[in-house]
Amino acid sequence: MGQGLDLFAAVSPDGAWTVTQVTRRARAVVEAGLLPLWVRGEVSGFKAWQSGHWYFALRDRSAQIRCVMFQKDNRRLPLPPPDGTQVFVFARPTVWEEKGEFRLTVVDLLSTEAGGLWQLAFEKAKAALTKDGLLDPARKRPLPRYPRRIAVVTSPDGAALRDIIAVTARRWPVAELLVIPTRVQGEGAEAEICAALALVCRIGNLDVAIIGRGGGSREDLWTFNHERVARAVAALPVPVISAVGHETDITLCDLVADVRAPTPSAAAEAATPDRGDVLVELDHLGARLARGLAARSGRVAERLDRTFDRLASTLERRLERHQHELAGFAGRLDALSPLKILERGYALARDGEGRVLKRISQFPAGLSFRLRVTDGEVAARAGES
Amino acid sequence: MAPSARGREALSFTQQLERLEEIVRRLEGQDLDLDQALKLFEEGVERLREARDRLAAAEVQVKQVLADHAGNLKVEDFDG
Repeated sequence: MGQGLDLFAAVSPDGAWTVTQVTRRARAVVEAGLLPLWVRGEVSGFKAWQSGHWYFALRDRSAQIRCVMFQKDNRRLPLPPPDGTQVFVFARPTVWEEKGEFRLTVVDLLSTEAGGLWQLAFEKAKAALTKDGLLDPARKRPLPRYPRRIAVVTSPDGAALRDIIAVTARRWPVAELLVIPTRVQGEGAEAEICAALALVCRIGNLDVAIIGRGGGSREDLWTFNHERVARAVAALPVPVISAVGHETDITLCDLVADVRAPTPSAAAEAATPDRGDVLVELDHLGARLARGLAARSGRVAERLDRTFDRLASTLERRLERHQHELAGFAGRLDALSPLKILERGYALARDGEGRVLKRISQFPAGLSFRLRVTDGEVAARAGES
Repeated sequence: MAPSARGREALSFTQQLERLEEIVRRLEGQDLDLDQALKLFEEGVERLREARDRLAAAEVQVKQVLADHAGNLKVEDFDG
């Protein structure tokens, strides 16, 4: 059914307008007379519907206007404006015909409070993280000195990843870089990052993780200010370096990470030692190793010398003692010598074979034998007894 | 920590360097006989050589990790 026909049907004999006619005309007048404009006021009666659309009133001391902000427009904002917030809205004034209500269709909304809604959202999420102890400096873990496996959560085709690969290849090629690709901005990016971080948790033998992106607008970086992303970062089982490339704006992701790097390149530098430095360190260790052994063997040699000296002097002393003893023995041996006895006038009888003859029975009559006296031998013969 | 000879292959670079530092400290310490000192020295030299080899031979590896539809981890070469 056409509009013309509808309008025609609404005309009554007394010349009265229908409700629809009036509201439609009012809407046309309002939309023609009030072009899109900025309006300042205080948010009141805020309500977010299931559909994602926001309904609220803007008011000042003496008036108020109903407002709607559709989901396609409000999804760019970090959070709904709390009641009482002073805001600027950019809006199209219109009349909502079904309710005969004058209202603003809001397409943009800025908080006039310090930092605006972004700051507000940031502070809110930060307070929640603080409450759970996730920003406690005592949680910060030291980075490993010589990482083997490094996880990198970032966009697969961004400059950030290229920089991280280049720096790692130059400084610490020992490493294995495991890229977990994810979108880092735009609708749904935060869910993708959280999924990527969940994957990181399942990688075995991981030493350290880098999460980041290159610089961008505040909205682009906002993904890294989501409380959900920050919590997923805090839940990683290994130390994390956050590099959400922006010198001035610190994101929540930066705050919960163990180390914050200003750029992705700086993150790769923080994650890795320099191969040249490590080689120098190895040289030092090698030198200490050699000196250690030299000192040790020097000490052992000294001790051996001392031991040898002690041993030698002991031996000498013992030898001296032995010499005295020998002299003593010689004296005693001398005293026992049979020659000494012969000197006193005794004689020793021996037969032809040298056997000593000690008894009468050994001297049959006529036996020739020899007598040893002190100065020699004489021949003798036994006579008749 | 005195790893067995069998376990040596599995040592990470970090563990290798820690062991090397420990060896140096012990060698610089006081109570070692020459035999122990020599053994430690030999192990130290070996670890030093291994560590240098690792640094010399290395070329950075870049891979990407994805989850397949069943949720299993999939590691592929990355050629970005």
